[in-house]
Amino acid sequence: MSNPTRVLHYAFCCAMMVFLVGPILAVVPISFSSAGFLSYPIPGLSLQWYEKVMAASGPWLPALRNSLIVGTGAMALATLLGTLAALGLARNDLPGRSFLLGLLIAPMVVPVVISGVAMYFLFARIGLTASYLGLILAHAALGAPFVVITVTATLRNFDTTLVRAAYSLGASPVRAFLTVTLPLILPGVLSGGLFAFIFSFDEVVVALFVGGPEQRTLPRQMFDGIRDTIDPSILAMSTLLVGVTIVFMVLLARLGRGTGSKPGSKA
Amino acid sequence: MATTTEAMDGASALTPPSLSSRAKARMVSALLIAPLILFLTLVFVLPLGGMLVHAVENGEVGAALPGVAAEMRGWTGEGLPPESAYAALARDLKAAYGEPRLGEASRRLNYERSGYRALLTRTARSVRAIDRPQAGWAAELTAIDPRWGEPATWAALRRASPPLTPYYLLTALDLRMDNNGSIARAPAEERIYIDTLGRTLWIGFVTTLLCLVLGFPLAHALVSLPRGFASVLMVCVLLPFWTSLLVRTSAWIVVLQKEGVLNGLLTRLGIVDAPLELVFNRFGLYVAMVHILLPFMILPILSVMKGISPSYMRASASLGAHPAVGFLKVYLPMTLPGVGAGCLMTFIIGVGYYITPSLVGGARDQMTSYFIAYYANTTINWGLSSALGAILLACIMLLYATVGRLIGVGRIAGIQ
Repeated sequence: MSNPTRVLHYAFCCAMMVFLVGPILAVVPISFSSAGFLSYPIPGLSLQWYEKVMAASGPWLPALRNSLIVGTGAMALATLLGTLAALGLARNDLPGRSFLLGLLIAPMVVPVVISGVAMYFLFARIGLTASYLGLILAHAALGAPFVVITVTATLRNFDTTLVRAAYSLGASPVRAFLTVTLPLILPGVLSGGLFAFIFSFDEVVVALFVGGPEQRTLPRQMFDGIRDTIDPSILAMSTLLVGVTIVFMVLLARLGRGTGSKPGSKA
Repeated sequence: MATTTEAMDGASALTPPSLSSRAKARMVSALLIAPLILFLTLVFVLPLGGMLVHAVENGEVGAALPGVAAEMRGWTGEGLPPESAYAALARDLKAAYGEPRLGEASRRLNYERSGYRALLTRTARSVRAIDRPQAGWAAELTAIDPRWGEPATWAALRRASPPLTPYYLLTALDLRMDNNGSIARAPAEERIYIDTLGRTLWIGFVTTLLCLVLGFPLAHALVSLPRGFASVLMVCVLLPFWTSLLVRTSAWIVVLQKEGVLNGLLTRLGIVDAPLELVFNRFGLYVAMVHILLPFMILPILSVMKGISPSYMRASASLGAHPAVGFLKVYLPMTLPGVGAGCLMTFIIGVGYYITPSLVGGARDQMTSYFIAYYANTTINWGLSSALGAILLACIMLLYATVGRLIGVGRIAGIQ
């Protein structure tokens, strides 16, 4: 690449970095503001907005609790079913494999508003709306494709001679799976589960339709907050969530090192 | 990357040798997939199927007014119906008086002709006082409300009576069926859904194009620029990707709004005198959507670019091609599967957006999703909500199937 092009490329990348991360970081200092307005300069520092978010009487802690309940339930279900399916899909000669794969990842390509409304119509008839179970089932269905994709990517790098070795040493299929296959694909399973959890933890449309007031999750609480008036307590919550995101990213990077794969990208 | 043969060998080894016969091994695989397929069928496919049924289902009038609905089936629809239809209507109204099903039927009839709800309520109340009609039911009902003497009233009842109706799908396409069954466009002031669908697809297209124009050079930078810089860049791509959608949306509102961070900066620097309108309009919507969808474009392109050996470009240079020619003729074609997958994902996710437009868009930037949610939640018109959903879903599935056939379903998901 010639020199001016290279400079241009760098300049473009730097501008894009500002675009990508700038807004997320720009709101962090405002969450520590002693004033209620959402702009610079900040008159003084204060933790009042964090106190407001953490207040036991406030809406945020119950919302966090709901998000954790639903996220954990959806993650457990999606990880179990998704991992089994990925193990089954590992056979390339399975009849109708392409169709099955298409069906398994369909929840990713159908707009969430359509899935959410459709689930709401059905769940309303069988009394599953405004229940934790309904929301967990819905989130598990929409989060399962992430598990299938991640575990499938891990299995592609899996050295299957190890399993043959286990059989030749007399291991039963179950034992070979538990002692050889599972430990090796575990990073993929865990990342898949983490994706399913993050999906549920960030999902708002299905939560709006299928969940009731008792199941008000964190994203739903934020959605209502943003729609009314944004005050710095939303930004305090945002800052906390960005912190959680960074923890998740580090976790995923650690897990990814074990498998060398990331969803959405080839190993 | 495993070749097909390796993958097949590898896969069969995942099932133990005691089940070495292919059929048995296949059965184990099928059994492993079955629970998720069953689960998705119940929790995902069934609701979507139910939604498609809601889009054509029309049971309300038949349930509340079964007698007159049967009369309507035998009637030609010309002029006024026979006396037996009037009598059936009176019987049905007496039987259904005060029941919730009558309310549902009135709501359904009100879609066909406004004022029907009031007409039914009033008629149902008055008809109870009449035990034996003096001059026949036609005269009695017309005396209660002269609209029962109008052919249009009966034509609407006839249209709303069959168990299935094209009404919602036609409405979602800005079409109407008139009394003699021919289909015409809705009056100009009522045509909103085709415009909305067009706007939805247009916003999806513009967003995808912007993501491609910005994402392609970024993906290329990630594979071509020095490692240290590229990994910082990668963190900048992934951080927003993993950050909550609502965090990003609220951040953009804070940055772009009138008294927001960016306007404050621009005013203080003296670049603008008055704050700019940057959000709650189309501009703000594009900014937020591009920010949210950019990683869905970058990651598939990046995964393809990583697999392209630099020796191809060296070969084209050694054969005397200008770098630009080499890029266009050698490099670019090899990235196309990634570009296809990225564009598809970006477009599909973009056209389905509901949260972002409702928070950062203006009233004129709402997309089909907005009406799907509005009719499901606010006005409880499940039929129209479902019809709009079915049409949007059809557009997306058509695209998914086409692109899936071109580049493979696995590639879209990033697993080949």
